[in-house]
Amino acid sequence: MAQTVLHTAASRGGADHGWLKSAHTFSFAGYFNPERVQFGALRVLNDDTVDGGRGFGEHPHDNMEIISIPLSGSLLHKDSMGNEATIERGEIQAMSAGTGIYHTEYNKDKSQPVQFLQIWLFPNKRNVEPRYDQQKIETASKPNQLVQVLSPDPNDAGVWIHQDAWFNMGKLEKGTRVDYSFKKEGNGAYVFVLDGEIQINGQVLSGRDGFGIWDTAAFTIQADTDAEVLIMDVPMEIA
Amino acid sequence: MKAETEILVIGTNQPILETVLRLLNANEDWKATGVNTVEEVLQACALKEYQVLLLGAGLSPQEEVFLNDEVKVLLPDIHVIAHYGGGSGLLFAEIYLALGA
Repeated sequence: MAQTVLHTAASRGGADHGWLKSAHTFSFAGYFNPERVQFGALRVLNDDTVDGGRGFGEHPHDNMEIISIPLSGSLLHKDSMGNEATIERGEIQAMSAGTGIYHTEYNKDKSQPVQFLQIWLFPNKRNVEPRYDQQKIETASKPNQLVQVLSPDPNDAGVWIHQDAWFNMGKLEKGTRVDYSFKKEGNGAYVFVLDGEIQINGQVLSGRDGFGIWDTAAFTIQADTDAEVLIMDVPMEIA
Repeated sequence: MKAETEILVIGTNQPILETVLRLLNANEDWKATGVNTVEEVLQACALKEYQVLLLGAGLSPQEEVFLNDEVKVLLPDIHVIAHYGGGSGLLFAEIYLALGA
């Protein structure tokens, strides 16, 4: 029988640094809740809003798969591998920190805030060579479908990372039902509602609610309103 | 007066190691010391009773297993934990979880 966990939007940890407002689904920085540390390999799900022209100065990362998904506005990324890129809504960025990288992330727009999801997954291998990838997300041209935006396979759709994880996104019109089958035995799915209202197994979910489901092969999402979702299919056990 | 928790951190990426040490030592209840090699870990654990060994980036899987086994011979109660993330965000949760907070 499927097991589930619900994390409502309001139950997330909050941080307000003035220029940065963040909602942490899992323990992060000054927010520590021993019962909210991770969902399998999914360790960080931060819902960040950064003021115009502001951002994260140079800081390090190691041994983590880091995914950024802008929800509005655009982010300017520079890193110690020599990458310099702008990422905006409709794109996804993946970075394997591996043995260590430094990077900066700034809101490219001086006047409008940027909203983005910052997602960290434990890697399936420590100390890999750092790498960076960025791609378009095709949900706008494929309504009422789940579109794969991340996988462990460089030859598969979307960006790739060092973990047996698959991310799908979908823009669903009211009344749409979509089925999702897990990509790998032992994986669970963490569904994050970006917008709108959906149901999974009778559980009603609203914007920014998170819902984990595992010990099942598949589940169905029903859109009660126009909605946008992100499904993170991740290993429940990590090495 | 509450004793500081002694934390030993090993990492081969010196700038990241220094960041981790700065963040840990910002907590007045913790005292963190950094080293770069397996040999330095064993030497340090022979001289002082550390409560936590944090494994940073740059070690081989064999070195991580070796360290996990060998430091527990010297310090049976030490918590050996792998650090992820490079300093930002996860450090405090990793230490609190290891210490059973």
